[in-house]
Amino acid sequence: MSDIETSNIKIVKSPDGYEGPGFFATSLDKVVGLARKNSLWPLPFATSCCGIEFMATMASTYDLGRFGAERLSFSPRQADMLMVMGTIAKKMAPVLHHVYEQMAEPRWVLSVGACASSGGIFDTYSVLQGIDQIIPVDVYVPGCPPRPEQIIDGILNIQKLVGSESLRRRNSPEYKALLASYGIE
Amino acid sequence: MEKPNLDEVITALKGKFGEQILQDEMLYDYRTITISKDSIVPVVRYLRDHERYQFGYLTTLCGLHYPGTAQPFGMMYQLHSLVHNLRIRFKLFTTENDLQIDSITSVFPAANWMEREAFDFFGFRFKGHPNLKRILNVEDMDYHPLRKEYPIEDRTRFDKDDTMFGRNASDFNRKKLIP
Amino acid sequence: MELNTEVKPGEKQYTTLNLGPTHPATHGIFQNVLKMDGEIIIDSEPTIGYIHRAFEKLAEHKPFYQVTPITDRMNYCSSPINNMGWHMTVEKLINAQLPKRVEYMRVIIMELARISDHIVCNTVIGVDTGAMTGFLYLFQSREKIYEIFESICGARLTTNIGRIGGFEKDFPEEAWYKIREFVKEFPVKLKEFENLLNRNRIFMDRTIGCGPITAEKALSYSFSGPNLRAAGVDYDVRAMNPYSSYDEFEFMIPVGQHGDTYDRYMVRDEEMWQSLGIIKQALEKLDKLEDKTSFHADIPSFYLPPKEEVYNNMEALIYHFKIVMGETDVPVGEVYHCVEGGNGELGFYLVSDGGRQPFRLHLRRPCFIYYQAYPEMIKGGFLSDAILTMSSMNVIAGELDA
Repeated sequence: MSDIETSNIKIVKSPDGYEGPGFFATSLDKVVGLARKNSLWPLPFATSCCGIEFMATMASTYDLGRFGAERLSFSPRQADMLMVMGTIAKKMAPVLHHVYEQMAEPRWVLSVGACASSGGIFDTYSVLQGIDQIIPVDVYVPGCPPRPEQIIDGILNIQKLVGSESLRRRNSPEYKALLASYGIE
Repeated sequence: MEKPNLDEVITALKGKFGEQILQDEMLYDYRTITISKDSIVPVVRYLRDHERYQFGYLTTLCGLHYPGTAQPFGMMYQLHSLVHNLRIRFKLFTTENDLQIDSITSVFPAANWMEREAFDFFGFRFKGHPNLKRILNVEDMDYHPLRKEYPIEDRTRFDKDDTMFGRNASDFNRKKLIP
Repeated sequence: MELNTEVKPGEKQYTTLNLGPTHPATHGIFQNVLKMDGEIIIDSEPTIGYIHRAFEKLAEHKPFYQVTPITDRMNYCSSPINNMGWHMTVEKLINAQLPKRVEYMRVIIMELARISDHIVCNTVIGVDTGAMTGFLYLFQSREKIYEIFESICGARLTTNIGRIGGFEKDFPEEAWYKIREFVKEFPVKLKEFENLLNRNRIFMDRTIGCGPITAEKALSYSFSGPNLRAAGVDYDVRAMNPYSSYDEFEFMIPVGQHGDTYDRYMVRDEEMWQSLGIIKQALEKLDKLEDKTSFHADIPSFYLPPKEEVYNNMEALIYHFKIVMGETDVPVGEVYHCVEGGNGELGFYLVSDGGRQPFRLHLRRPCFIYYQAYPEMIKGGFLSDAILTMSSMNVIAGELDA
């Protein structure tokens, strides 16, 4: 115990609960949330300019690994968080939808940049006006492109969502209805 | 040997192709030659294979659309002689009913995708092109978006639910996008 | 290409492999349907257009000064070169003469952008060969370039730097300081990176002879930029058609021999040194210049005045109004202007009908033109070589798909 107190490595605070000699009781939701939020595996879906800022986010100066997202999962099946960075054209939309379908529950979506969130400056015949037309989005990050700090802020916001999510949410009829509205079974 | 200049090239072109050379003008720093529609392949081949001029580099080509003129559709080709640093631009014009143009892919392989782009954007049919299909847009698009009559937004779009800009919110249907 | 599962006796069976459009190794949105014999690529069919954003159509609906942000998003690794290329195109159209100081400042910005472009490409070649360290080392220097851009224009990546006729304001002291610091520090960092890779046996074995192209082929496919120079052709727009006072600078144009991945890597590496040299020369020239204040040309009917003046000065208000409302007379005509972008000859073909927007803007995007040779370059090679070839060609999806 004393080691932890004296070192400057930050340890996540334990959730609220009852503590006594040799036991600690809290709700399962909180423990699972704590574990999930600090070990998110992001799937970078980088299409354009924001992808370059994402490279800067991953590189040495900003280092996303500090927030428990060191391990990029390039396979959708092992990923927890889909990071959509850059313009999604209509030609690309079915691919993105497919990638989202391949991800296992629970899954979160971070929409990075103006293009992914709303189409940005590209109000043209070929660009999808926001990925929320085809998949549900949890957190939007504004900017064209957002700074690495903003991308990290978006991830921290996702972590808040993850940490406070109830274990039953993914089984609720509301969630199923939300997915059904996007054509996902 | 003295380096060739553009006047010499154009005199040679006029001597060889005569009537096919319709117009010769200087647009800023670029010599622009308008030629008849069917002569593009022989002209380009002649300049590429000419042992003195050596226009062996196709800089770019693209489609043009001037609605309201007698021949609204046009193509622009730019050649570059890297040996002598000469640049020349060719233009040809045609009508909407006659969009078939000879492909220059047999002369410059680089024209392959550029011509596909011109087909995609303007609807030119390139005769002799090995693989003429849409390149940037989705395959089932039914119009050629860079023609002037089409608006920048998709005419059939339903994925933008802003009532403020004249598009009807009730048309909004996200299911249409999902395969 | 269609997957043919029917195999007749005695006939060789090939595998069809779909690489992309979202494959981690392709660094962008490219799809290739490969026909494979074991690990050897027999044939491939690229599909592009996955981030087609209609730049050319969009430009027809934007006033001249609003086209600049669109050009940012073409080759987003070196946005300032695109911005400056566009500004120079319009300046050619309106026949503007720029002060020398502005041209040297532009040269500094463009060469910084070229360095940042080549850093991305070369470090990514390193990542693809398994050398992540170089990426982590050199990206710190890239952040320094970002900081310079940020202190000049406020943005890091999509810079929208400059205006038609010059810059929106003079560089702040901080920017000059950072540029000088960068010129001092970067050689050490780059040398370190070179030590990691240039003569690294594993890296050399991996990249020499990988994805080669001959000079004749490269020319017939209209290659330009480092990829063409790696094949042995010394075509550089900066030397061939100098713009922005490049004719006053001394620099070498490195050329390769075999046009393979190693040559492309080395050409880009040497170009970073040359760019550094150009920046140094530009700084010297700026010191010698008597003019220490001008940062834009004297073309009030095209150069957007600063906001303080718009609010306090009648004339500036009138010019601001005229430019924004499209009341200025733009010459009717056609211009083509090309600059040496990070990937090669970046050309702008602008048709003006005298209106406030371009009538037609065609972009000569080097990536789009040379990427069509990709199937030919990877034919007969290994699948892993195809990945390396792509990253060493530095195909940028935004530029490819317009």
